[in-house]
Amino acid sequence: MSDKKIEKNPRAAYGLALLEAAKANKNIVALDADLCTSTQSAQIQNNLPEQYIEMGIGEANMVSAAAGLALCGKIPFVHTFAIFVTARPYEQIRQGVCLPKLNVKIVGSSVGLSDFGDGATHQCFEDLALMSVLPNMTVFAPVDATEVPKVVRAALAINGPVYIRLNRNDTPLVTEEATPFEVGKPLVLAEGKDVAICVNGVTADMGLKAREILAKSGKSASVVNFSTIKPLDEKAVRAALGSVRALVTVEEHSVIGGLGAAIARVLSRAPLPTERIGFADRYGQSAHEYEQLLERYGLTPDNIAKAALGLL
Amino acid sequence: MGKIDDATLKALKEKALSVRLGIIEALGIDHRGHLGGSMSCADIVTALYFYKMKHSAKSPDDPDRDRFIMSKGHSVLAQYAALAEAGYFGKDVLATTKSLGSVLQGHPERETPGVEANTGSLGQGFSMGVGMAIAGKLDKRDYHVYVIVGDGELAEGQIWEATMASNVYSLDNLTVIVDMNGIQAMGKTRDRYAIQNIPGRFAAFGWKTFEIDGHDLADIVGTLDKATAVKGAPTAVIARTVKGKGVTFAENSHDYHNNLLTPETREKAIASVMAM
Repeated sequence: MSDKKIEKNPRAAYGLALLEAAKANKNIVALDADLCTSTQSAQIQNNLPEQYIEMGIGEANMVSAAAGLALCGKIPFVHTFAIFVTARPYEQIRQGVCLPKLNVKIVGSSVGLSDFGDGATHQCFEDLALMSVLPNMTVFAPVDATEVPKVVRAALAINGPVYIRLNRNDTPLVTEEATPFEVGKPLVLAEGKDVAICVNGVTADMGLKAREILAKSGKSASVVNFSTIKPLDEKAVRAALGSVRALVTVEEHSVIGGLGAAIARVLSRAPLPTERIGFADRYGQSAHEYEQLLERYGLTPDNIAKAALGLL
Repeated sequence: MGKIDDATLKALKEKALSVRLGIIEALGIDHRGHLGGSMSCADIVTALYFYKMKHSAKSPDDPDRDRFIMSKGHSVLAQYAALAEAGYFGKDVLATTKSLGSVLQGHPERETPGVEANTGSLGQGFSMGVGMAIAGKLDKRDYHVYVIVGDGELAEGQIWEATMASNVYSLDNLTVIVDMNGIQAMGKTRDRYAIQNIPGRFAAFGWKTFEIDGHDLADIVGTLDKATAVKGAPTAVIARTVKGKGVTFAENSHDYHNNLLTPETREKAIASVMAM
């Protein structure tokens, strides 16, 4: 096993990135539904209070009001936990933001199991599916804290709806400042010939560790990161996957409608045998530690390696 | 305040007649459409577009224009008629309403010249108005935002989220007009949620409220002038209206909430409106 990587907090990185962007562009406004410390939109509340709008615990009104702000030239970043910002005001996002293609950024915090203590009601395995199905929506799942500012800048460069999912906890750094982030294109984190382990967010480091386990069995695995779920460019995906014979997709999301589904969609004309690891049509639960939950639901390097071996 | 001269009133009444005829034109023959709710807000829409609002078809993107949102989006026929009358598009376009490829969709969409927001999923337009009003405050612009909601629409929880937020931000640049026709799609509003004391509900959230006869143009414009003069609080105008107003056979009935006109009933409807 490799040494434990440096860990950093994606939402903390997000707050700083948003602050930097909001300082440069006075039209950026941050909206939150009473969770600004958790989402880190508090960076705007504390440092640029005139660009912060507290919307109270009313997510439906928050999203539709964001649409109204965008219609007047503002660039609203809408924040709360991922489940509350995607599922609860879903129709408001569809009708008010995506249908008219407004420049609203939806930022879902505490994705997957990352709000480990609060349990099933606060965890979220559906956001990528819900956001991906909406026409005009771009969907990002940044891989680590280093990449988050690049994703924020990319979101700002898009004049339209964007969803960004963020992990609550410190997560391993797998990219560097100089690592490129390109919308719609996967990033090869490690080369390999036999099987590609497709990852994003917190699963990237698990994929890298699984690759080392596989190497001990004489199998060569690549690790390919997908920080864009939609749009996904088929040519770029095939180029990143190279000539591997099989795929393992690993996501902190339902296996229905997330990363594995997105890859299956773009490869559907010439698919590869694929094992999908993720949340298998179920809900989570509370635990004292994030790692306990990741292990409980099978998001581990060993499990990934086992799935890969089963395909080879 | 609240007094307009006879010539202005007469001109407004003529505009209201044109709007009602425009609704019938947009509805067409043998196509279902929301006649009742469009007619009940026709006088309010007329007062907004032809008396109260600062707007121009020549500069629809003027950042200082007043904004109008039909949160009860199904009543958009009234807005289409007013927009055509105001020159945002030709009156000949009205007849294309809801036909394939038309710029006039079944519910408001921004592609239509003069339409500010995509509405029709009830409750949401109100909140969009809140966002526009907040933007006006942030940018220190002096435009006013007008939103028409239905009384049936008040059952949406989002309405009350928006009501609370408007007060917190002291949105005195926001006026919500409740088209209180008492009838929703399937029957009487009072047989559903029986939403009593609508002015009291808004007042309890810190709004300044007014009650008017929603078909008395002098009352409407006088009250809108009072509402926009209020400082420090959002304003709600509760308008007592008659669903289908002007088309006698459609009045006070949910039968014409979303219904069609035949060649015969269309002629009757036009004659009825002309006789108002």
